[in-house]
Amino acid sequence: MFRRLRAAGGEVTIHVDGKPVRAAAGDSVAAAMLAAGFTALHSSAVSASPRAPHCMIGNCFECLVEIDGLPDRQACLTTVAEGMQVRRQMDEAPMEGAGV
Amino acid sequence: MSNEHHDLAIVGAGPAGMAAATTAAELGLDTVLLDEQRVPGGQIYRNIEHLEASGELVALGDEYRRGIELARAFRGSGAAYRPGSIVWQTSPDGRIGLTDPDGARMMHARRILLATGAMERPVPVPGWTLPGVMGAGAAQTLLKASGIVPDVPVLIAGSGPLIYLVALQLARAGCAISALLITAPASRIAGTLKELPRALLAGRDLLKGIRWINEIRRLGIPLTNGVSRVRIEGNDRAEAVAYEADGSSHRLAAGLVLLHEGVIPNIQLSLSTRCRHVWDEAQLCWRPETDEWGATSEERIAVAGDGAGILGALAAASLGHLAALDTAFRLGRIGEAERDLRARSARADLARHSRIRPLLDRLFRPLPDSVVPTDPETIVCRCEEVTVAQMREAIRLGGEDPNRAKVFTRCGMGPCQGRMCGPTVGALIARETGHGIEEVGTFRIRVPVRPVPLMALAGLVGEEEGLPAGESTL
Repeated sequence: MFRRLRAAGGEVTIHVDGKPVRAAAGDSVAAAMLAAGFTALHSSAVSASPRAPHCMIGNCFECLVEIDGLPDRQACLTTVAEGMQVRRQMDEAPMEGAGV
Repeated sequence: MSNEHHDLAIVGAGPAGMAAATTAAELGLDTVLLDEQRVPGGQIYRNIEHLEASGELVALGDEYRRGIELARAFRGSGAAYRPGSIVWQTSPDGRIGLTDPDGARMMHARRILLATGAMERPVPVPGWTLPGVMGAGAAQTLLKASGIVPDVPVLIAGSGPLIYLVALQLARAGCAISALLITAPASRIAGTLKELPRALLAGRDLLKGIRWINEIRRLGIPLTNGVSRVRIEGNDRAEAVAYEADGSSHRLAAGLVLLHEGVIPNIQLSLSTRCRHVWDEAQLCWRPETDEWGATSEERIAVAGDGAGILGALAAASLGHLAALDTAFRLGRIGEAERDLRARSARADLARHSRIRPLLDRLFRPLPDSVVPTDPETIVCRCEEVTVAQMREAIRLGGEDPNRAKVFTRCGMGPCQGRMCGPTVGALIARETGHGIEEVGTFRIRVPVRPVPLMALAGLVGEEEGLPAGESTL
């Protein structure tokens, strides 16, 4: 869905769900993931629908991912770092007890 | 670090924050600027230093020159700068809680200036939670921050000056813009332009807008005015946009949908700090009540820039300057006469930069149907997936203020803490009950306004020694 106007330069490599993703130094984790072709970053709490970054400035919390073992980090407010381990928070089933 | 004190702590390194920090430091105040980003600029001047150095600023347009000046002045001002600082608490007594790369910490300032700027007004239309739907400003952020642009056809829907600018910036970067769907009625645009006195037509801002629209037409980007009932379709991602225009229904395929209905003050911190807020009917938003210096109802708290009401980046810098002067006066650095004298040029600038605002507010005012959903299945609260139908039922059962509706439905209880549903919830309650939105009120926002890892919080235990007494609970 997105492309880079110039090559990332590959200054930084992060890992998303175990796979290496090249990013430009200074990228937010969310930007790096979108540029690498990830569409959804997490799934919603109630219906487990796929969700993607919506605001990119820290308000919508739709870019929540696990970063270096810590869940629910805002990927749009976190800058990539070499070797960073990112896990998408995709649940296949809705949260138990979510009655709607 | 636990007993860190400053004269002035500023939250946000956009135009207001940078200008305020510069002025305050020049006046000898011990000033710290806290910002979530890793470089100064805020949203409007995001990544400005890099963009200028690399020559990429040219393609974005000539709107950003002032940002370079502000960033340079700030860098040379001597104010302390803490990039990567996520502020999750500001207190009326001057305490500030934040998380930075080293962990969570508390600090204290004799005065706090909130320069938290604006956010895009949420646009709750059917399908707005699908991947492939974002704010127009979000796409612009990707472009400015990382040089990342859509590689699928982009459809932009809504109202506001930013729509035209983003369309142009993306088109100049080689993106395919499949349509601009403008939700403001065509008659309003034509009517407002016709009413304009000649003098106003000469205004630079207005000419700029007219140039944008001309360039959009020249580039052959299809532009439709008077669009309503925008609906995004798709299963796991946006695939098409359905809408009405000229009395008939239309449907366009879309790879990426950008929504925008203007910007509103980001008031999460000012609300949580219990500053008094007022409803701004001209701008259809809540804003902290401020005096001509940005002072709020809370003695130690000031607000400057778009966070106090939308006036744009140039006015924000003037407001930051004024708030810093008032801080210097209140803290005994300068006298009242000197404050007022130094404020003169900023006041003149502010008046000049604000002149166009009433026109913009009128021209781009979101229609109720564009931002207050009627379709029962439309999601109001993205986090807890609360629909219009569920909200209506809650309101009918007595959820006539946002905090009761929240208890009934969980709207506003998810990770975003009501940032994305708050404006809609208030407007929905007002519409359903017939009450004025100013009596309906807002969510009560509590700290921490951003998530803080438990480990980081645990590291804070016992760290508050040396800080003024106050509530000890978070």
